[in-house]
Amino acid sequence: MAKKLLLKDDHIPGINTYEVYRRQGGYASVEKALKQMTPDAVVEEVKKSGLRGRGGAGFPTGMKWSFLAKPPGVPRYLVCNADESEPGTFKDRYLMERIPHLLIEGMITSSFALGANTSYIYIRGEYFYVSQILEKAIDEAYAAGWLGKNILGTDYSLDLYVQVGAGAYICGEETALLESLEGKRGNPRIKPPFPAVKGLYDCPTVVNNVETIAAVVPIVNDGGDAYAKIGVGKSTGTKLISASGHINKPGVYEIELGVPVEEFIFSDEYCGGIRNGKKLKAVVAGGSSVPILPENLILKTAAGEPRLMTYESLSDGGFLTGTMLGSGGFIVMDEDTSIVKNLYTFSRFYHHESCGQCSPCREGTGWMEKILHKILDGHGTLKDVDLLWDIQSKIEGKTICPLGEAAAWPVAAAIRHFRHEFEEYVKNPSSIKDVKHYYRLNNLQSELA
Amino acid sequence: MSNTEIKFSEESLALVNKIISRYPQGKQKSALLPILHVAQAEFDGWLSAPVMDYVASILNIQPIEVYEVASFYSMYNLKPVGKCTLEVCRTSSCWLLGAEDIVRHIEKKLGIKDGQTTADGMFTLKSVECLGSCGTAPMLQCGAKYHENLTLEKVDDLLDNLRREGNRKTYLDKV
Repeated sequence: MAKKLLLKDDHIPGINTYEVYRRQGGYASVEKALKQMTPDAVVEEVKKSGLRGRGGAGFPTGMKWSFLAKPPGVPRYLVCNADESEPGTFKDRYLMERIPHLLIEGMITSSFALGANTSYIYIRGEYFYVSQILEKAIDEAYAAGWLGKNILGTDYSLDLYVQVGAGAYICGEETALLESLEGKRGNPRIKPPFPAVKGLYDCPTVVNNVETIAAVVPIVNDGGDAYAKIGVGKSTGTKLISASGHINKPGVYEIELGVPVEEFIFSDEYCGGIRNGKKLKAVVAGGSSVPILPENLILKTAAGEPRLMTYESLSDGGFLTGTMLGSGGFIVMDEDTSIVKNLYTFSRFYHHESCGQCSPCREGTGWMEKILHKILDGHGTLKDVDLLWDIQSKIEGKTICPLGEAAAWPVAAAIRHFRHEFEEYVKNPSSIKDVKHYYRLNNLQSELA
Repeated sequence: MSNTEIKFSEESLALVNKIISRYPQGKQKSALLPILHVAQAEFDGWLSAPVMDYVASILNIQPIEVYEVASFYSMYNLKPVGKCTLEVCRTSSCWLLGAEDIVRHIEKKLGIKDGQTTADGMFTLKSVECLGSCGTAPMLQCGAKYHENLTLEKVDDLLDNLRREGNRKTYLDKV
């Protein structure tokens, strides 16, 4: 059985309540940090742990924390990024809904380490009901003395608030999130200055993903070294994977980094194999932005090594033959899936979510959606496939924020690995009608006939 | 409609003031997004220009600062909607598991197209981007509630129940 750190008590009834969470040892990291450690010592443990940002970018958390500017007399902020919007990703929602106090505890311990006296959890608007769960947990934490003035009788004070967004993928980008938290449109800022120097209200700010902040709890409790012993190489610790698509057991799984991809897809401990006895066709391993890989390349690297669920192994081969761990949004597709149609849902998504600041992204995402629509409508030409390739290549690296890359990479990878499918649709438009575009729900044919 | 006719209920006003108190002095504009949610829930599910002007006056900011935000985020409605907005997720995982069937079924059942509202003002159908419920696909959101692992039968039951309850569903509802 794999070691669990974040979801170890997930099966315990009532773990969403303060009483049960506390009985299971909850808030121990706050006691340890505030009574036995200095803020710098907490940062040091996080550095030692090798923890990398769990939102998708994988940047070392301890290093991000150490960049935080500390000018005297200027407030610092910790902002939790709970804007989880990357298609295929639902782990943060699961964690916040089931074990809200783990995030609250992580926020307190992390805020102490960073010297923040006011912190915010920015949660996507669609998760409004989850924000209510968090607010209830925060009220309980205030009542029990874990938040507010002079926590545990120390001179450390912290106020923690939840802010809801209103529907915008771009607000998962940290500077867009800060704009939104300031009550503005979610337009990403030009960096530098980075939030660590000039963030919320122009004050030094750290923005961390929900899972990252939750992971600080076991790191402080057990020490950074113990955390670093879990996993493989620079992929330390555990990771929440959101598994969805054509699998028998979709859901959130906490894995020790290093599990072979094949085991993750086919073992009963995780996804339980492909549903309806179908064959595996392709996987998007780390949320919609990362390159899709066909069955042979997701199970094994180009060199024939087993592919592992680690940052390094998934990216082995670069984008030619590899992908990324990303947010851990693991979307599995069976043999009947139309890769072109799936890509269309991605491109439509990025077009919808582009903030519109940078022309290559604003215009390019729209073009890509339109061309894919044209191909799926049976009016595509071979030149359109080349045009798609050309457009995606002209977005990457030419925008303020990474939404440009996020929109370009899935298009590039789909053409790279499944060009034959695009060409088949173009040469033989009637084949599109025959393609089983998606899994059909029961009785549908008769109902829609 | 003039601004004087638009006023939060006492309960909403208390919530609005609580939200504003979360931000440092002078940074009350931060409260804009949450307050627009409160306004939308209270004023018939959408944000008219007078409602937005009212919110601007509460936060002591220019109306344009409210308009530019309200028009940016997809959860704010800038025109009237039905009492129940059925927001069906259409992105990858939900599509893979039949989201298009759900949309077509609702269209057929309600006699409207995606984006339209029924003549009785009860339902609006809106397909939306990923709602973070991929492991329980296909799904739709109505008000605060996620309806997951949908089948056509479940959709039928849901529509019946919503019609029977008959009240407006908002994001602020307790689930």
